[in-house]
Amino acid sequence: MFKKFKLILSSVREYKKYAILTPIFMIGEAGLECAMPFLMGMFVDEIKLLTTPDSFFHVDGSGIPVFYIALILLGMAIISLLCGWIGGKTASIASVGLACNLREDLYKKLCSFSFENIDRFSTSSLVTRMTTDINNVQMAFQMMIRIVVRAPLMLVFSAVMTFVGGGIMGFIFVGLIPIVAFGLFMIIRHAMRIFIRVFKRYDVLNESVQENVSGIRVVKSYVREEFEKEKFANASNAITTDFVKAEKIVALNNPLMNTSIHLSNILIIALGTLLIYKTGHYEEHLNDKGQLVGDWVGGELTLGQLSALITYGIQILMSLMIISMIMVMLAMSLESMKRIAEVLQEDPTIKDNNAPLYEVANGDVVFDNVSFKYKKESEREALSNININIKSGQFVGILGSTGSGKTSVVNLISRLYDVTEGQVLVADHNVKEYDLKALRDNVAVVLQKNVLFSGTIESNLKWGNLNATEEEMMRACEIAQATEIVNAKEEGLQSRVEQGGANFSGGQKQRLCIARAILKNPKIMILDDSTSAVDTKTDRLIRKGLKEDLPHMTKIVIAQRISSIEDADQIIIMDNGTVNAIGTHEELLKTNQIYQEVYYTQNRVGGDK
Amino acid sequence: MPPVHIKERARAKKGTMKRLLKMLFKLYPWQLIVSLLCLIFNVIGNLCSSIFVSLATTALTAAGKQGVNPFVGEFAVSSTFGFTVYTNITYLVIILGCIYIVGILASWTWNRTMAIVTQRFLNDFRKSMFAHMEDLPIKYFDTHARGAIMSMYTNDIDTIRQFISQAMPSLIQTGLTVIFVFFTMLTASIWMTLVVVFGFIFMLITVKFIGGKSSSYFIKQQGSLAKVEGAIEESINGLKVIKVFSHEEKSIEEFNVLNNDLKYNSTQANIHGNIMMPIMANIGNFLYILCALMGACIYVFGWRNLSVSGFAVLQGQPEKFAGMIALFLMMSRVFSNNVNQFSQQITFIVMGMAGASRCLDLMDEKPETDEGYVYLCNIIRHEDGSFEETSEHTHDYAWKYRHKDGSLEYRELKGDILLDNVDFSYDGERLVLKDVYVYAHPGQKIALVGATGAGKTTITNLINRFYDIADGKIRYDGININKIKKADLRKSLGIVLQDTNLFTGTVMENIRYGRLDASDEECIKAAKIANAHDFIMRLPEGYNTMLSGDGSNLSQGQRQLLSIARAAVADAPVMILDEATSSIDTRTEKLVQQGTDQLMEGRTVFVIAHRLSTVQNSDAIMVLDHGEIIERGTHEDLIKQKGVYYRLYTGAFELE
Repeated sequence: MFKKFKLILSSVREYKKYAILTPIFMIGEAGLECAMPFLMGMFVDEIKLLTTPDSFFHVDGSGIPVFYIALILLGMAIISLLCGWIGGKTASIASVGLACNLREDLYKKLCSFSFENIDRFSTSSLVTRMTTDINNVQMAFQMMIRIVVRAPLMLVFSAVMTFVGGGIMGFIFVGLIPIVAFGLFMIIRHAMRIFIRVFKRYDVLNESVQENVSGIRVVKSYVREEFEKEKFANASNAITTDFVKAEKIVALNNPLMNTSIHLSNILIIALGTLLIYKTGHYEEHLNDKGQLVGDWVGGELTLGQLSALITYGIQILMSLMIISMIMVMLAMSLESMKRIAEVLQEDPTIKDNNAPLYEVANGDVVFDNVSFKYKKESEREALSNININIKSGQFVGILGSTGSGKTSVVNLISRLYDVTEGQVLVADHNVKEYDLKALRDNVAVVLQKNVLFSGTIESNLKWGNLNATEEEMMRACEIAQATEIVNAKEEGLQSRVEQGGANFSGGQKQRLCIARAILKNPKIMILDDSTSAVDTKTDRLIRKGLKEDLPHMTKIVIAQRISSIEDADQIIIMDNGTVNAIGTHEELLKTNQIYQEVYYTQNRVGGDK
Repeated sequence: MPPVHIKERARAKKGTMKRLLKMLFKLYPWQLIVSLLCLIFNVIGNLCSSIFVSLATTALTAAGKQGVNPFVGEFAVSSTFGFTVYTNITYLVIILGCIYIVGILASWTWNRTMAIVTQRFLNDFRKSMFAHMEDLPIKYFDTHARGAIMSMYTNDIDTIRQFISQAMPSLIQTGLTVIFVFFTMLTASIWMTLVVVFGFIFMLITVKFIGGKSSSYFIKQQGSLAKVEGAIEESINGLKVIKVFSHEEKSIEEFNVLNNDLKYNSTQANIHGNIMMPIMANIGNFLYILCALMGACIYVFGWRNLSVSGFAVLQGQPEKFAGMIALFLMMSRVFSNNVNQFSQQITFIVMGMAGASRCLDLMDEKPETDEGYVYLCNIIRHEDGSFEETSEHTHDYAWKYRHKDGSLEYRELKGDILLDNVDFSYDGERLVLKDVYVYAHPGQKIALVGATGAGKTTITNLINRFYDIADGKIRYDGININKIKKADLRKSLGIVLQDTNLFTGTVMENIRYGRLDASDEECIKAAKIANAHDFIMRLPEGYNTMLSGDGSNLSQGQRQLLSIARAAVADAPVMILDEATSSIDTRTEKLVQQGTDQLMEGRTVFVIAHRLSTVQNSDAIMVLDHGEIIERGTHEDLIKQKGVYYRLYTGAFELE
């Protein structure tokens, strides 16, 4: 646990100085806050002795004149204000800074994750970790640097002051503090146990809301509104029962504080007055104006000290209360810290080689007896014993049903996953020998789900090559049959792309994504079902373009339509994680049952082919 | 689909607090009154300590002057309130003790009561919000972001909790204390009270200024947080693209822009929240010093002191002066402490009200209306062709008219559906459907084909009355569907959607969702019809396997099969399959097809499909374009026509 704690704190980086400054200012504030009641007691005592306007500035015998005490107090208040202000500011900067750095670190980590890593956390849990959990840590950290130092200090200061100012009266608190602390501890322990349980149930409740919001059409179609209401009501009631139980315990907190403050007050009044009476004596004297003034003097306590003691008492008990609150917050944030640390400690399963190759010589791809599992512990192999040999510049088609392993095969080439057994070679070198960036720059993948990012067409194309000229971009668009898309827009390459490319149709997105991949000028291009929304004619033109303009580039095409891969140099039929057959269109049409089946389904009536 | 509301209420609507308090008071009047009374006792108890400290010290001085033992007997103590009591310190301590005990009991009572009331109220609030939400028309869900609805149940409800359980009692406690203290101070000295009043006004201005800034930054922070959340989600979903283009660094850069924006707002919000306490506390300290000096001046210069208790002259009564000063200063301390405590609650109040306002907006949405008087019932057929209603589940249905005069009329359900010149618009401006005429005779299979946004799904939305038509009529067995009870209309339509929504629970429970009284055997039978049985048996615990997170442990195809099984168990006379097989590849689709074919037998079916192989054997195919039917006929007819359908079929043209 301590290690995780340290790991998270290490993200504070440039805000470290603020994190260190904060407690210092807080100590200053606390010190002044404790000293002030003491001086105020003196102040009040002196005021009572005032007789003439002159006596504001002069006192007979010992003591400080009222006026000067007022000035000192004023000064202390100003310094205390400044300390509090600056401390509050540095605390904010430090804690928010830590949160900001943590978010950045998590995001960077996320980007370094392989898919195997990502699969281990769900999207929603990653989002929660980066928002709610970090927020909890921010609050806890702020509390810690502001109050963890300050509250115990206040406690000690105040306790010392009670002895300094109140003599043996201080023992009242020596007795009270442990009792209150024990009471608070018991309350927290019992309540926390219930709260942790309830929070888990709370997640379940929220999940049920989420299901209803996104599945409302199903709920309404099956007329399950009442059923869902009842389900929700039951879950909500169960949580309420638990919460009420916990809150009843927490509700003891205030009365406990009241009791302890009241008890200390009553003890101070009873014992304090007794002490004054027993040890001191009442004295009257005539002041300058000839008036008779009387007070209890000579005892171990004065009336002024008595009121100061009451103030200290409240301070001591309040600090205890605050300490207990911090304990609760820290305990609650522990869970969050654990979840954040989990992501930070997760090792990216795909790492760069120590002495990597930066050059990919050609577009040869070889699968040498490759087997692959998505999870080490799972029994089922997603791919088993795959042997494929692709020569640079070849056009290869891959066909197979969902779950047959087509996408898994191509994912291994760009090292989105690592093989479990065997090896994948690109240009005669194991893919693991290459620098990841170099490898991926040379293996372009156009995915099934085509994602454009908000920006302009140009900014999206430049994902492929940051320094691409307009000419190069238009050339790539031409090959990908995307020129008409760009030209149809008034602003050409500068046209806006909305989030997720919402203002482009599926086919347009696919063509732009292909252009984006061409701009990378890769040795190997993989099209993963990426022309599904393009009509057959355009599909053919794209393939023709790729073949004629980029003859040395290896082209691997996954397709549902036979027409997309008919003229491939070799077609690989995948079935259930294995290679079922490899051959050309004509060969497979003669010999392969799967291929025949698909072919005849797609050409049942024949059309004009 | 209609456009999604982006704008969400960031600040509270006027009158929200009043409405919330009214709801609270209506549900828990006695608890609130008892709590309020106890709160008053609690406050009085707390204040008494100051007064009794003052009395005790005065008594000690008085005893000294009179030369008696302050702990026994009775002697005169003239209090700072202008009256004289005959007492001793022992009595004072005992009375104070009694007041304290009452105060502590009161404190316990109101804390406990409010804790319970808060939780019960939130429970009621949550439940009625959910119940109301379930009754809202689909339009609400189509026009509001899911995240925004979700955050009402999590964040907004929590801000309401904070308001009721913390901010509200604190507000009342502070208010009461300030009022009590104010009058107590008046009994001592009007001049000194004036000093405190000026300080109070100054404090209020500070609270308004800093608290206002703090709240506005907190609200901005919520906004930035939402953006960061969106960015994270987008990146995780698009991570594959980021990876294959080695775009990690650029993406981190972009994220940092949003992250820094959040940092700025969050820092400002926190700073303003943090500096409130030291500022307020030290204004309190200044006030204390000022009051003391003021008192001293009154005494020393012999200014005429005014007070409501007639505590006029201080000169020559030093012990009275001492008592007065001690009492007053303590009061001013209590005063500023309370205002300070209240200032800490400002943000909670602003945020709580904004949250409550959003929730109340949801509760103000108009629920679906239903004026139908035609009901659906199961029937048993007799051999002579007549039938009668039964409460058991049979495969035969009838419509039951419940006329105003109480008489009943039955009409057998056949499954004849007619859309007669239907116009429809989501936003009241742009027509999504224009003059659409579609009929389906009992047992026919009707296919709807067309590009995204052509209006296919809209037609099914109208048949089951997720939306109501603008013009034209929809008739079900000759009955205008507006006359049919919505629930009964929907029960008569089995729907399989493209988005398969499963619910947390076992596989069996998810299938049974179609019909709650279905037996296990019936569910398994339905699963077999949908070809889902095999894969279910391969799951670790078969039909008892728990599904969570919308069935994320299943593949898309498997989830689709489950949703078909769910429709099968519902056994509705009319089916609508909306892109039910779109995310399944052609080979798996065959399996599903066998399942759906069995399901469609003898039923009227509407099929919406992207892939034409699914619809070839339909009795009629409608090709939709921009809300209009541009071609209709059987597969063979349309192929002969050599129109859009033909081009689609031959692959010369693709649907988006």
